[in-house]
Amino acid sequence: MEYTFIIVLLPFLSFLFLGLAGKKLAPRVAGYVGTAVLAISAALSYLAAWQYFTTAKVGGVFKPWSMDFRWLNFTKDLHIDLGMLIDPIAVMMLVVITTVSLMVHLYSIGYMHGERGFQRYYAFLSLFTFSMLGLVVATNIFQMYIFWELVGVSSYLLIGFYYTKPEAVAASKKAFIVTRFADLGFLVGILLLSFYTGTFSFERLTSGDASLFNEAGGVTFMGCSVIGWALALIFIGGAGKSAMFPLHVWLPDAMEGPTPVSALIHAATMVVAGVYLVARLFPVYYLEAPDVLVLIAIVGAVTSLYAAVVACVQTDIKRVLAFSTISQIGFMMVGLGVSGLEGHEGLGYMASMFHLFTHAMFKALLFLGAGAIIHAVHSNEMGHMGGLRKYLPVTRFTFLIACLAIAGIPPFSGFFSKDEILAATFHFSPLLGAVMSFTAGLTAFYMFRLYYRIFWNKETRHDHAPHEAPRSMTIPLVFLAFVTLVAGPIPFGKFVTSDRAEYLIHLDWTVAGASVAIALVAIALATLLYRKESAIPDRLATSFKGLYTAAYKRFYLDELYLFVTKKIIFNGISRPIAWFDRHVVDGTMNGFATLSQRVSCAIRGFQSGQVQQYVMVILLGTLFITVLVLFI
Amino acid sequence: MEKLHLEYYLVVSIIMFFAGIYGFITRRNLLAILISIELILNSVDINFALFNRFLFPGQLEGFFFTLFAIGVSACETAVAIAIIINIYRNIRNIQVKNLEQLKD
Amino acid sequence: MDISIQETVFFLLATVIVLFSILTVTTKRILRSATYLLFVLFATAGIYFQLEYSFLGAVQLTIYAGGIIILYVFSILLTNQQADERLEKLKNSKVAAGIVAAVAGAGLSLFLLLTHSFGPSRLAGGEVPVKAVGTALMGTEKYQYLLPFEVISILLLACIIGGIMIARKR
Repeated sequence: MEYTFIIVLLPFLSFLFLGLAGKKLAPRVAGYVGTAVLAISAALSYLAAWQYFTTAKVGGVFKPWSMDFRWLNFTKDLHIDLGMLIDPIAVMMLVVITTVSLMVHLYSIGYMHGERGFQRYYAFLSLFTFSMLGLVVATNIFQMYIFWELVGVSSYLLIGFYYTKPEAVAASKKAFIVTRFADLGFLVGILLLSFYTGTFSFERLTSGDASLFNEAGGVTFMGCSVIGWALALIFIGGAGKSAMFPLHVWLPDAMEGPTPVSALIHAATMVVAGVYLVARLFPVYYLEAPDVLVLIAIVGAVTSLYAAVVACVQTDIKRVLAFSTISQIGFMMVGLGVSGLEGHEGLGYMASMFHLFTHAMFKALLFLGAGAIIHAVHSNEMGHMGGLRKYLPVTRFTFLIACLAIAGIPPFSGFFSKDEILAATFHFSPLLGAVMSFTAGLTAFYMFRLYYRIFWNKETRHDHAPHEAPRSMTIPLVFLAFVTLVAGPIPFGKFVTSDRAEYLIHLDWTVAGASVAIALVAIALATLLYRKESAIPDRLATSFKGLYTAAYKRFYLDELYLFVTKKIIFNGISRPIAWFDRHVVDGTMNGFATLSQRVSCAIRGFQSGQVQQYVMVILLGTLFITVLVLFI
Repeated sequence: MEKLHLEYYLVVSIIMFFAGIYGFITRRNLLAILISIELILNSVDINFALFNRFLFPGQLEGFFFTLFAIGVSACETAVAIAIIINIYRNIRNIQVKNLEQLKD
Repeated sequence: MDISIQETVFFLLATVIVLFSILTVTTKRILRSATYLLFVLFATAGIYFQLEYSFLGAVQLTIYAGGIIILYVFSILLTNQQADERLEKLKNSKVAAGIVAAVAGAGLSLFLLLTHSFGPSRLAGGEVPVKAVGTALMGTEKYQYLLPFEVISILLLACIIGGIMIARKR
């Protein structure tokens, strides 16, 4: 399995090559180079997945394969390693990342055609892919943290790709600062966890060896065990990256980046890093801090519901998709939160991973489709679209497939994964299950609202007829639609489970039937409201004005953040500190400088070069001193 | 002879000395300044000889100091005049106000 | 009149020295300045003779009056510009500063001189024989000056070379 190393290394080399030599290359060549390198990586990941899932099973359990080398050696016990850990979820993530990344690379050749900084764009994409791959194969939590930050940096760079646009710059800063703030929690959590367990290694942490946590057994802080605190802090890091409520504010703004970037980073891969992190440490969460898992489930559910409600009223199609992403990640978190560890209890874990996989595919598809639409009409606003079904047939059908998948209609992939999450949630708590079912219905509603507003509804006048995207953009759409179509029946439980043993999926038809029914009702409602142009939506909006405006403004969370940061932190804390720094600290130094300057100016006259003046001064000085000595 | 105290001679020498100081401070011609320096040196020479003669008549230190000072002042004058002539050759002038380049 | 010949000579010399010292530094013409300096130097030699340091007086005459003044006169004539000589207008502030400095210094020194007692002082000891001077110059004992003699001869040599080096045409 050593060749898996190459999967990670290739995008890095591509990044170096494109970053250093990009200016010398023709843009088209840079695009081809990046895409070709990703294609090799993807092919190797498929090979690795095939090989791993066929050979690594020992006694019904997948055995992880890993290699490590010691990188920073501080003491005998404290050392930081770099390495590769190949186990089912890592393999799955490798496949997802390389696939989506390959599609996005290919798509971008068409989408980004003629943009300034095309080579730079590809270099950053490669950097991101490298960082994300490094993150998923990390053998220890510290390596993961390093790549975690690298992912954050490349996300920042790509959101701010149009750095001449002030909104893009603001959005990239916001994304970086919010996630960085959450990463502080992650880092503290890492330090706490490794301080008490004495190891960074995932394999040792998740081995179920309770003796590791003995040392921390009696330590508590504010009524909770210290391991619980550490895991909760680590989850905060994950929540920041995965845009969980209330740290989700950066993700909608991150849509200022190029659309393929949104598809790759802010829909399919980076934002699920938090889910992946929790899944990676799942045994630790389950065995040491079940309370935190409940917290995760609740946070996931709240996020999911909140984002779904907000998505129903947004008019910018990328924002709708962004909130949809937040909502779906909430589903994954709920799946993890309600899961057990062994055997049949691990349904939630398996479902969550499955949903991660299918969601990556259909959400990337949705974003790329949205990109094709934006490419055609040059606008993000729903109001500028409508009636596009005649002009964009390929986009329309692939988009429809993705919508059906996310709405949870069989036999599309989303149905299977989402349904299992719902089943696990109902098993855990009927109340939570009901909330999630409602959210699933909302999902179906807002997705079809989006679909109808784009492709049906009233046709808007266009200056020139919108045209279908070029081949390089439609091929990824068709491929992802194909995956979305066929991925549902994959016996996912055979591959990725919480205890790495096989898990037999059988559908819970009561839950499934109910959720399909809810989805169908929601779709019917959306059809009724939005298929033809009608006044009902506007009337509804006016009659529920308060709710509508609140949802449209995302329940004023951004304003709240701005209030807290600008009014309280900036004015209350930063300003006085800045004033102190500028006037007292700098003032002292400036005072010294000014003083010495003044003195030098005054003294400078003495250094006139006139010998006679010197003699005069010497003489008077001598006389003065003589007088002093004599008379005083 | 008994009336001629040391103080009489010293008064003369002080006047000579400060005449030199005055010249040094006010004159602008380099050679005039050098002449003032000669005055100062000369007054000091007189002082050495005086102190030797009046206070320590049996010894010769002041005598020899004067002798050597005359020699040194001869050296100094020679070198200074060489320099002044060189300056004159370069800037056709020996006014001290023009000699400011050295300060920067 | 109870004035001895010595006193007469002293007062004459003192008058010459004071008068010509002041003239040296106040005259506007540089050549006159050099001439007045010559008179001052002659008078100084006179004082040496009066102190019965005939050798010192002779040295003063030959080196100062004979050598250095000639050097001055030559260099004055070499660098003399007709315009330059007369145009040496003195700035009033500078003159005032010079006068203040000189008068203050002189006043302070005179004050010190007149308030300080030197103890019994008298002109005594008689003529210093040239032989004694020669022995002291060439000896290496205490109170003998062979080393300064050699040092000053090297200094003179350095001066000759340096003077040539500096003043020669390049």
